[in-house]
Amino acid sequence: MTADGGVETVRAGALTTVQDLGRPGYAHLGVPRSGALDLTAHRLANLLVGNPESAATLETTLTGCAVRVLAPTTAVVTGAPCPVTVDGRPAPWGQPVRLRAGAVLEAGAATHGVRSYLGFAGGVEADRVLGSRATDLLSGLGPAPLSDGAVLPLGAPSPAGGRAVPDVAPWRVPGPELVLPVGYGPRDDWFTAEGLRTLVTGTYRVSAASNRIGLRTEGPALARRREGELASEGMPLGAIQVPPEGRPVLFLADHPTTGGYPVIGVVPAAALSAAAQAAPGTAVRFTPVRSGSVRGSAGVPPPR
Amino acid sequence: MTAPADPTAAPGPPAAPGPAAVADRAAVPTPPVIRPVGSSGLLVELATAEQTEALHAELLRRRADGSLPPVGEIVPGARTVLLDEFGSSAQARRLAAELPGWQVPPLTAGSETVVEIPVRYDGPDLADVAALWGVAPEEVARRHAATEFRVAFCGFAPGFGYLTGLPEPYHVPRRATPRTRVPVGAVGLAGAYTGVYPRSSPGGWQLIGTAPETVLWDTARTPAALLAPGTRVRFVPLDGDGPPDGDGPRGGDGPADGDSPPGGDGTRDGRGPSDRGNRLPAEGSRPSDADGPRTEGSGRDR
Repeated sequence: MTADGGVETVRAGALTTVQDLGRPGYAHLGVPRSGALDLTAHRLANLLVGNPESAATLETTLTGCAVRVLAPTTAVVTGAPCPVTVDGRPAPWGQPVRLRAGAVLEAGAATHGVRSYLGFAGGVEADRVLGSRATDLLSGLGPAPLSDGAVLPLGAPSPAGGRAVPDVAPWRVPGPELVLPVGYGPRDDWFTAEGLRTLVTGTYRVSAASNRIGLRTEGPALARRREGELASEGMPLGAIQVPPEGRPVLFLADHPTTGGYPVIGVVPAAALSAAAQAAPGTAVRFTPVRSGSVRGSAGVPPPR
Repeated sequence: MTAPADPTAAPGPPAAPGPAAVADRAAVPTPPVIRPVGSSGLLVELATAEQTEALHAELLRRRADGSLPPVGEIVPGARTVLLDEFGSSAQARRLAAELPGWQVPPLTAGSETVVEIPVRYDGPDLADVAALWGVAPEEVARRHAATEFRVAFCGFAPGFGYLTGLPEPYHVPRRATPRTRVPVGAVGLAGAYTGVYPRSSPGGWQLIGTAPETVLWDTARTPAALLAPGTRVRFVPLDGDGPPDGDGPRGGDGPADGDSPPGGDGTRDGRGPSDRGNRLPAEGSRPSDADGPRTEGSGRDR
């Protein structure tokens, strides 16, 4: 699989991992889903270099990364906007660039957002674990985070025939405020009415302690009706878990599959790409959505 | 990483007052409580661990025969089953309406194979556990090895199963001072659960033995996980650790039939609806601490 070259890490950056669509369906074995945190940007990177969306990309964290391609290829940088260079010369962000063998592609520090995605024609061909090449930082599955000098193989590019690849794609720069829709439950009854209101009226900020496991927040604590912890129960992606100190934690791709702190609400998966790009200090606002599932409109308190 | 330190706040029924109440509850199970999880998921909460395991088994049966709407994840917990990622919220709503009316058969011993885990009962907490049980250390080994366990749920780390089967009088608290390093293969007890550490980590479970031959998690193997929810498990003493009286570990002389457990015999006659050999019903029990074996939690603290 390495016949088509690979990428050599020149500058790994703060944290750069291999990501794809993750390994859903194994939560009952204690295996986190993992996968790209900003799935929208991951899919876009693959689209722009002609890959299926399941191909693996590189996910950077705040400071970008630089890689040398060992054979001619096409690459693109999406996700968090950043200065892109090829051999030190400016190159477009969000547009595929043709690279000669030996060229160094650098994604600089994010100017907005957190995570940029480097897509390569053929995708990053790290070994699959349970069907996925994603690095799972909670349980240590998948390839190790990039380190300087590390080489990763690339796959064979998809045949170009028939697939229309756009030259450029629209992108919305992350705003000054992260708005997260929340459907209450399953454990909203562990909180007082005031606590439920605080979630959707309080001003929160993204904590610097956030990572691929969870987006932590700083802000008012949510008052609880009952103390203690739950017997371990399954935790969904997007769960807003509230530990005893009361600040909500939004579970992202590498979240633990079971937990013992109450989940006051769940953020739809479609909103999590934005969460992946919310830098520490970003304002966070939770907005209630009707729980369309089993309680109808019950359990949604008035916003004020 | 995950869970409860304070059982007094855990949801669930009060402790069963006695065998009669257990029998009543077995005859008329408390209907499950169904809670919303986002727009296309459900959390089904049950009154007991037994009902939870029985519902999980029923869900797997229905998934296998195609009568369950497609769902991305079925994740059992101590008293819950999470059903996440139905194809639509309408499917989730329909199932939420139907499920309380299901006739869920109690678990039966079944004919499934039992995973045997060879274990050397040499853990550093064996004497402490023996003291808590009020028996000699070799008796801890004998009773533990005579118990049929079942994986109630997984979590904490890939390959880690929370095994139920020890009757309530044998439930022990976690260690007051967690260890900074528990070796891979360590067999521990905490609350209602027995577990085998799939890898080295910090941990607070009471270690009674070592499983040196068993690989719980191997991504090069199919399936990678030796233990999945519902898997039956027996611990087989390695040579030299067998019962001193020569009685085999699978002789059926389980905890329920042995000497009175330290907590009295209130549960001895309370066989559950599942007729699961020597397993006592869990109705009256509650994990005194269902936390993951690691104390500094990956889930909460990272």
